[in-house]
Amino acid sequence: MSVRVLAVDDSPTMRGLISAALSPRGFDVYLAEDGVHGLERLTETDPHLVITDINMPRLDGFGVIEGVRRSNSHGSIPVLVLTTESGADLKARARQAGATGWLVKPFEDERLVSIIHRVLGV
Amino acid sequence: MSGLDDLRITFFQECEDLLEQLGEGLRVLEASEAAPDIETVHAVFRAVHSIKGGAGAFALNDLVTFAHLFETVLDHLRSGRMAASAPLMATLLRSGDFLADLVANARDGVAPDAGRMRALLAELDALADAEGGPGHDGEDTEPFDFVPMGLDLDLGPMPDAAAEAGDATAESESGSAGGYLIRFRPHAAMYGTGNEPAALLRALARLGTVQVTADLSAVRPLTRFDPGETQLAWQLRLDTDASRSEVEAVFEFVEDVVSLDITSLPRGEGSPAAGPTDQPPAPDLGPPAPVSMGDAPADLPATAQQRPPATVRPLPSPPDATDSAVPAEPAPRVPASVDTSPDAGAGVAAPTAATAGNVTPLAAPATIRVNLDRVDRLINLIGELVIMEAMLSQVIGEAGISADSDVANGLDGIKQLASEIQESVMAIRAQPLKPVFQRMHRIVREASEATGKGARLVTLGENTEVDKTVIERLVDPLTHMIRNAVDHGLEDAESRRAAGKPAEGTITLSAAHRSGRVVIEVADDGGGIDRPRVKSIAERKGLIPAGAQLSPTEIDNLLFMPGFSSKAEVSALSGRGVGLDVVRREIAALGGRVAIESVPGRGTTFTIALPLTLAVLEGMLVSFGGETMVLPISAIVETLHAGTATIHPIGLTGRVLANRSELIPIIDLATAFGLARERKKSQPGVLIVVECEAGRRAALEVDHIHDQRQVVIKSLEENYGSVPGISAATILGDGRIALIVDPEEIVSTAAPDPLSPLLAETV
Repeated sequence: MSVRVLAVDDSPTMRGLISAALSPRGFDVYLAEDGVHGLERLTETDPHLVITDINMPRLDGFGVIEGVRRSNSHGSIPVLVLTTESGADLKARARQAGATGWLVKPFEDERLVSIIHRVLGV
Repeated sequence: MSGLDDLRITFFQECEDLLEQLGEGLRVLEASEAAPDIETVHAVFRAVHSIKGGAGAFALNDLVTFAHLFETVLDHLRSGRMAASAPLMATLLRSGDFLADLVANARDGVAPDAGRMRALLAELDALADAEGGPGHDGEDTEPFDFVPMGLDLDLGPMPDAAAEAGDATAESESGSAGGYLIRFRPHAAMYGTGNEPAALLRALARLGTVQVTADLSAVRPLTRFDPGETQLAWQLRLDTDASRSEVEAVFEFVEDVVSLDITSLPRGEGSPAAGPTDQPPAPDLGPPAPVSMGDAPADLPATAQQRPPATVRPLPSPPDATDSAVPAEPAPRVPASVDTSPDAGAGVAAPTAATAGNVTPLAAPATIRVNLDRVDRLINLIGELVIMEAMLSQVIGEAGISADSDVANGLDGIKQLASEIQESVMAIRAQPLKPVFQRMHRIVREASEATGKGARLVTLGENTEVDKTVIERLVDPLTHMIRNAVDHGLEDAESRRAAGKPAEGTITLSAAHRSGRVVIEVADDGGGIDRPRVKSIAERKGLIPAGAQLSPTEIDNLLFMPGFSSKAEVSALSGRGVGLDVVRREIAALGGRVAIESVPGRGTTFTIALPLTLAVLEGMLVSFGGETMVLPISAIVETLHAGTATIHPIGLTGRVLANRSELIPIIDLATAFGLARERKKSQPGVLIVVECEAGRRAALEVDHIHDQRQVVIKSLEENYGSVPGISAATILGDGRIALIVDPEEIVSTAAPDPLSPLLAETV
């Protein structure tokens, strides 16, 4: 069975890059185009891990992290922040919200995969 | 999505949307001035941000650098550190323009304008710095140092990058890396971040052979159990060749929420003093560790997730590990820790049917992008369908079948459907003019800057839809006309004030559907065409004979003549080697026409009329020399009966038509195509006056005009080859093929002499 990853990003390019990095490596990748959509897809897609952008319309990445943490069914799954901003401030906020980890765009496919393996313990 | 190339295309498509949002947002901000709408600021920021993010993935470094600084300034605006002043907005608008250039450069693989980039970067940098003083959070204070990189750990002393690069120096302080003794104790905060101790232990186990001991010393007896407290710690002995930084990287995301101690073990050392056998003293409640904690916290959800992996023992090891009991799997699989999760299955597990089946892996967006070829193929097929239907209709008519018959009724239904399908398919290719219109704001801005004339652009009807190809090919002519309107159309501020107009000129760009065509107007509120001046310039340049009598409209149309430039010296702006003659030619190539209308003191309006599509042509069916052909309506000015027209012979075979104040050369299409040597005098045909590039006119003589109809254009060049005088072909209702005449080419080959002086001669 494959690991299911829900990727939330408003940029189709980014969604494509995440898919291109993970799908060939056996992950099931589910995509959402903003925070609200991401949380909507949480139950339906039942992911093992969420990757989220920070700057998004409707609901930003902090909102996504908080929403996941509040969820009864998925409250403890890893949530990785994938963003172009790298400030310590942003990390602190993300951590505060309950982020598991972060990586900066542009990402290397191998690194993304190794981080996912690490936080999932697989 | 397959390759990176596809994603690149996606990226540039996305950029177009983002740039449009950016441009629109900036204009809204510019208009709202003091009180910027925060949502708009966010949208603008996001647009730049997304461009930066994607650009980084494709290593488009200029784009990343510029977008980063741009974004920094926008962030000041967003956070309220900076007000949306007029000068700031001007810089932002210019930056938006340049960002669009950089995207285009990156797409086309062209080097950007380095000078402009430097200048704008400096400008933005000054803005970023101005607000980056004492109160600045320092997050983005080093814009020029921003280098896109695949990782950013911010781990202080943990150089993960070095580890990934296999940098040996990373190990210098650890001596020979034989192994490590690792102790870590999670803080309570770690459990709210989705980081699992079990996952960390597994990650360590992937580096080598690991022996894990749970430190239960802090575990309280159940009677005094505090679910909000962290009670477990681990001690590991890791035998590995991995560098210290590789080990540290495992703790990358938790360094702030665990107490961690990593000690290097010399290579080959046996059981160290603090080895796994050296158990910490067991708490007074139960058996010594390692202990199975499987049951204890089961009914204490808050700490349940702290449950230490008693399950960690049979750790998966890397394939090269000698004592590997469970080989590491290359493909990801469900974490083994699944059943220890507090949500028991709901969260991570659910290896049940809840998966695939009803859920598609990729989100279904509301729109799809389709390769244009596929749409065109569909359009072609619809064209065939329309032709078949016309043929069927003709056969049924000829067979004498009653119009009331079921067959005829059925055919009517098909006819109706076919025309609806045709419209729907055409609608797929149709796109709003908005992106093109939006680009013109920039043109006005630049033209206004270059000429020093204040100008603003008002756009109307930008949601009017036109065929995609038409839209693409409209950009150049429109750009030229807009520049022209600012440069030549508008007066300078003083003249405008003197005339009682606002100092800032207005260019109005509008679009509307009018009787099956798209009409685009470029109107300025300037001084109108200075006709005496235009005429004298044309005379001086030898475009018209001195002293020729011309109507105001004829004078206005002189602007479209090749070689006409109303400014004595070529201006930096409009004079880029193209004149309105090129505009007219480009519009004609789209099957459209340009007209000009000017009111002295009130302004000038250029009107472009375009067909809705390039796949269907409004044509006039004519016959000559035994052939039936189609003349595009767009070129036709008027039709006359040769019998009643005034025709003068010129030379041996030439004839001209005297039409009002004009002498128009007559071209007999039958002879032009080599179908007949000479027209029989007894059979006067029909003269069709066509207007070509630069207003050149000619009268094409044919035998008959049959009717006017829409024909589906079939390329000859694709299927056969280029034929002089013929632009394409079509299939008529009776199945016959009819060629579509290219009047432009006919006129230029059959009447090659420069006609203009002659044309203007009064009769």
